[in-house]
Amino acid sequence: MSRTLVVAGHGMVAHRLVEALRSDDVDGTWRVVVFGEETRPAYDRVALTSYVDTWNPDVLALPGAEYRGDELVELVLGDPVESIDRGAKRVTTRSGRVQDYDALVLATGSRPFVPPVEGKDLPGVFVYRTIEDLDDIRAAVERARQRRGRPAAAVVGGGLLGLEAAKALRDMGLSPHVVEMAPRLMPLQVDDGGGGLLNRLVTDLDVTVHTGTSTSAIAQDGDRLRASLGNGTELDIDLLVFSAGVRPRDDLGREAGLELGERGGVLTDETCRTSDPHIFAVGECASVAGRVYGLVAPGYSMAEVAAATLLGREASFPGADTSTKLKLMGVDVASFGDAHAATEGSLEVVFNDAVNGSYKKLVVSDDATTLLGGVLVGDASEYNLLRPLVGGELPVDPAALIGPAGGGGGDAVGVEALPDDAQICSCNAVTKGAINAAIHDDGCDGVGAIKSCTRAGTSCGSCVPMLGKLLSACGVEQSTALCEHFTQSRAELFEIVRATRITTFSELIAKHGTGKGCAVCKPAVASILATLGNGHVLGGEQASLQDTNDRFLANMQRNGTYSVVPRVPGGEIMPDKLIVLGQVAKEFGLYTKITGGQRVDLFGATVDQLPQIWRRLVDAGFESGHAYGKALRTVKSCVGTTWCRYGQQDSVGLAVELELRYRGLRSPHKLKSGVSGCQRECAEARSKDFGIIATEHGWNLYVGGNGGAVPRHADLLVSGVDTDELVRIIDRFLMFYVRTADRLQRTAAWLDELDGGLDHLYAVVVEDSLGICDELEAAMAEHVANYEDEWKGVLEDPEKLARFTSFVNAPGAPDPTIAFETERDQPVPVMLGVPEVVSR
Amino acid sequence: MTVLSDEQSAGAETWTPVCRVDQVPLAAGVAALLDGGVQVAVLRTDDGEFHGLSNIDPFSGAAVLARGIVGDIGGVPVVASPIYKQNFDLRTGRCLDDPDVRIATYPIRVVDGTVHVGVR
Ligand code: SRM
Ligand SMILES: Cc1cc2nc3c(=O)[nH]c(=O)nc-3n(C[C@H](O)[C@H](O)[C@H](O)COP(=O)(O)OP(=O)(O)OC[C@H]3O[C@@H](n4cnc5c(N)ncnc54)[C@H](O)[C@@H]3O)c2cc1C
Ligand code: SF4
Ligand code: FES
Repeated sequence: MSRTLVVAGHGMVAHRLVEALRSDDVDGTWRVVVFGEETRPAYDRVALTSYVDTWNPDVLALPGAEYRGDELVELVLGDPVESIDRGAKRVTTRSGRVQDYDALVLATGSRPFVPPVEGKDLPGVFVYRTIEDLDDIRAAVERARQRRGRPAAAVVGGGLLGLEAAKALRDMGLSPHVVEMAPRLMPLQVDDGGGGLLNRLVTDLDVTVHTGTSTSAIAQDGDRLRASLGNGTELDIDLLVFSAGVRPRDDLGREAGLELGERGGVLTDETCRTSDPHIFAVGECASVAGRVYGLVAPGYSMAEVAAATLLGREASFPGADTSTKLKLMGVDVASFGDAHAATEGSLEVVFNDAVNGSYKKLVVSDDATTLLGGVLVGDASEYNLLRPLVGGELPVDPAALIGPAGGGGGDAVGVEALPDDAQICSCNAVTKGAINAAIHDDGCDGVGAIKSCTRAGTSCGSCVPMLGKLLSACGVEQSTALCEHFTQSRAELFEIVRATRITTFSELIAKHGTGKGCAVCKPAVASILATLGNGHVLGGEQASLQDTNDRFLANMQRNGTYSVVPRVPGGEIMPDKLIVLGQVAKEFGLYTKITGGQRVDLFGATVDQLPQIWRRLVDAGFESGHAYGKALRTVKSCVGTTWCRYGQQDSVGLAVELELRYRGLRSPHKLKSGVSGCQRECAEARSKDFGIIATEHGWNLYVGGNGGAVPRHADLLVSGVDTDELVRIIDRFLMFYVRTADRLQRTAAWLDELDGGLDHLYAVVVEDSLGICDELEAAMAEHVANYEDEWKGVLEDPEKLARFTSFVNAPGAPDPTIAFETERDQPVPVMLGVPEVVSR
Repeated sequence: MTVLSDEQSAGAETWTPVCRVDQVPLAAGVAALLDGGVQVAVLRTDDGEFHGLSNIDPFSGAAVLARGIVGDIGGVPVVASPIYKQNFDLRTGRCLDDPDVRIATYPIRVVDGTVHVGVR
C-alpha cells in the first residue's frame, strides 16, 4: 500500500518537489495529493514580468506541471488547505474536502508585504505576485487609458520586486514612479555607489525614482488616487502597486502550533522537517535552520532535500548562495557574497566608470587575498567568473579582476583558478568538480553533453560560456575547424573574406586552407561569398561550390527531380498569379502543394524543365522564393488590421516589406520570419528566427525562435518600436548573425551559444557596444541595393542556361530513370530500382 | 552484378564522344547518356583531370552524381552525392563512407578537345 503525501501549495517549489519525488520513487511508494490555491498549475513566477509581452499565460507554463498521465499524482486547484489536524494527520480544504496524510509538505510561498498605510485597500491599489495580479493591473491601466489617455502609476518598493513591477508598467507604456524608503534602489543587493548608478540608469528609462522617503497615505481623488510621500511630495496617479518585499505564508503552520522562525516562516531542520516529524516545509514559507530565502534556487534545493528524505535517503540543505544576477529594465545588476563588506576588517576595491555606466566593487579580506563578495551594476559580465571565487584565494590582484586594464575577470583569471567546490551553475547547484567529473568520467565532449549529464546550463543559461571554458581547460578540444580543408571556423573565414576581399574559393583555399575542398567547405564559402555580394550565385567558379539545391536554384527531390517555389511575399497573392501557378503546374505535369510557409510548391520538374518553368513564372511577375537556399525563406503573416477585428497594426504590410527587404540574403542557415497583428499570434512569429508581434504601441521583436527538430520560442529583444527602428534592429541582428554564426547553425542555436546570450546580443545590436552597428547597417543596405532575382539571372545568361540539361550529349532527352505514378490524382515519383552498377 | 577492376582504361571497346572539354567546368560534372540507357557522370577535378562514374547514386537510386560537389577527402579525389552526401572515390568508385559499396567507373579519354567515355 502506498502512503499519502499531501502538498499544500502548488508554486515553483512544490512542483519541483513532486517532480523529484515522482522521478525517484520508482516503486510508487507515495501517492501525492497537491492542493493549490491559485486556479492554474505552478508557473514560472520568476519570469512573471514577461507575461506583459504576450498576455499569454501559457508562455509561463512549467513543463509537466499538470502531471498528465501520472495516476499517482492528484492535482486539486483553486482549493487551498485551510487547516491541519496534526493529531489525526489530516487537512481540510476550503471546499470542505478532508484529506488524510502520512506526510504533509507546506509549500505555500510568500505573500506580498503591504505596509500599514492609510488607503492601502482602495480600488486602484494592487500587489504583484500572480498572473491574476497582472491581469488586474492591466485592466486598471486600460480603464485609466480610456478615461485620460496616458495613465500614471506608482510602485511602492525599489527593491528587486519593485523594479520588476516598474518594468511591467513600463512595458505597458507607462512612466511609473518608484518610491523606496532606503536611500538607494535595491538596498539589499547593492551598495550606495552601485545604487547611485542604478538610479541614474533607471531614470534614463523614464522612471521617476523617489528614494529615502516612504508612502505615508493614499487617498481617493475623484476617479484617481493621490499618494502622499513622507517628504511632502504628492503623486497624482491612476494606480499604485505595492511591491515592497514578501512575508512567508506561515499561517497554516502557526495555527497548527508548529514552531516558527524568528523572522517568520515555518521552522525546519536541515532536512526541511518541521517541529512535527510528519510535516515538512519548503520554499519561501520555510525557515530552514532559522533562515528564510526569497529566491527560487534555494527553494529548489529544499524540494530535492525533502523528496530525498521522504524516500528514506539522507540529504540535507547545504545552505544557499543568495547571489543574484538580474537584468532589470535592461540594466545588469549582480551581487554576491558579502556585498556590503560586513566582514570584520574587509577591504573594498571599487571601479566606477560613470561615462560608460558601469560600477564594480569587490569585497576582499583584510590581507586582500580572499574574495568575500561584490556588486556589479551596469555591466555584470564578470559575475560568472567572480561568484565561484568567493571564499577562495584570489588568483590575481583584485583590481585586475574588475579594472579596465585587465580587460575584466574573464581574461585576468582562468577557470583553472576556481576551486572544485565552486558552483558554476547556480540555478541547478552544479559545482566545477561535478562538471569536470562529467567530462573525465562520463566522457562529455561538448556543452550539450554536459547539459544533459549534469543539468548545468539548462535554466537561465548564463553559465554556458563557463561550461565551454571548463571543457577547454580539461583539454577537450572543441574544434571550430570548418572541415579538414580549413582550420578556421565559419565566422573566422567570413572575417578573412571580408577583410581581404578575396572573391573566389580557389584563392581562399590556396591562401588560407589546404587540399581541394569538399561538400562541407565549398557551400559554406559559397554562402559567405554570396553574402558579401559577388554577383550571381552561379557565376563563374561559384556554380561548382553550391550545394545540391543552390546549384540548380530548386530543391532536389528523392528521384533527382526538383521542386519549384516562387516567392509570395507575406503569403499575399493576387488571383491572377494563383491562376498562373495552376496553369504552369498543369502544363508541366507538376504535383502541387501548399507549403507550411504560406506559398505554393510545384514538384517533379526535371533539370531541363526548370528554365522553361521559370520563364513562365518570371513573365507573370514571380521570382525565386529561395526555398533551396540557406537564405531568407518566408515572412509569414496574419491578416492583421487589414481584416482582423483584433489587429493592432498592418501585419501583412510589414511582412511584405520585410520579405522584400531580406529576400536573397545568404546566411549560415535558413532564415524564417513571421509577423502577427496582435498577441493572438496567428503567424507563429515566436517560432521564427525573427518574429514580430504588433502591440498598440508598435512592434515587439523576438529573435532566435525555431520550429523543426528542436523547437525554441524566440526571446523578446525590443518592444514597442516603430517600423523604422524595427527594421534598423533587424538589419543589425541579421548581419551580426550572418557574420558570427557557425555553418548550419540556426539563430536559435547561435543565440544559445553566444557568449553572454541575449544580453550580449542586446548590447551589440541595440546599444552598439561593439561600435559595429553602422557597418552592419551598411552591409545590409548594400545587400538590399544589389538584390537581383536569381532565376531571371539564369534566363538572361546563355552560359548558365546551358547547364540546365539532363544530358550533355543529348539535350532534351528524357532521363530514363525518372517515372511517375498517380496518387490522389497527382503525379508522384516511382523509383525504377537501381540499375546493375553497384558491387557490394 | 558487375565486378570491376581498378584498372580503368584498359579493355574498353566502345568510346562514345559526349562533349567538348570546355563544357565540363573545373571541379564539376555533367551527365552523359550512352546507348542502352547507361548514364555516366563525367566529372572533372579542379586541376582538369577527367573521371567517369556511374551517374546513379546507389543510396537513393536517383541519377544525380554528375550534380555532386567535386573535391577531396584526405587527399582522395571525390564527388559527394547531392542526395545524402556520401563521398565516392573518383578513381575507383569506392564509397568512402561505406566500404561495402562501390559504383561502376568508366574510362575517359580526350581526343582533339572532345571528351569520350569508354565502355567495356
Ligand atoms: C515544402 C515544405 C513542406 C511543406 O510541404 O509544407 C518543406 C520541405 C522541406 N523542408 Fe522544411 N519545409 C517546409 C516548411 C518547414 C517548416 C514550417 C515553416 O517554415 O513555417 C519548418 C519548421 C520551422 C523551422 O524551420 O523552424 C521546417 C523545418 C525544416 C527543417 C528543420 C529545421 C530545424 O532547424 O530543425 C529542415 C532540415 C534543415 O533545414 O536542415 C527542413 C528541410 C526541408 C527540405 C528542404 C528537406 C530537403 O533538403 O529536401 C524539404 C524540401 C523542400 C522542397 O521544396 O523540396 N525543413 N520546414 C515547407 C516549405 C515552406 C516554404 O514555403 O518554403
Ligand atoms: C515578479 C517576481 C520576480 C522574481 N524574480 C526572481 C528572480 O529573478 N530570481 C529568483 O530566484 N526568484 C525570483 N522571484 C522569487 C521566486 O518567484 C520565488 O522564490 C519562488 O516562486 C518561490 O516558490 P514557492 O513555491 O516557495 O512559492 P510560490 O511560488 O509563491 O508558490 C506558493 C503557492 O502556494 C499557494 N498557497 C498559499 N497558501 C496555500 C494554501 N494554504 N493551500 C494551497 N495553496 C496555497 C499560493 O497561492 C502559491 O500558488 C521573483 C518573484 C516575483 C513575484
Ligand atoms: S494574430 Fe491577431 S491580428 Fe493577426 S489574425 Fe490573429 S487575431 Fe487577428
Ligand atoms: S546558472 Fe542558470 S542555468 Fe546555470
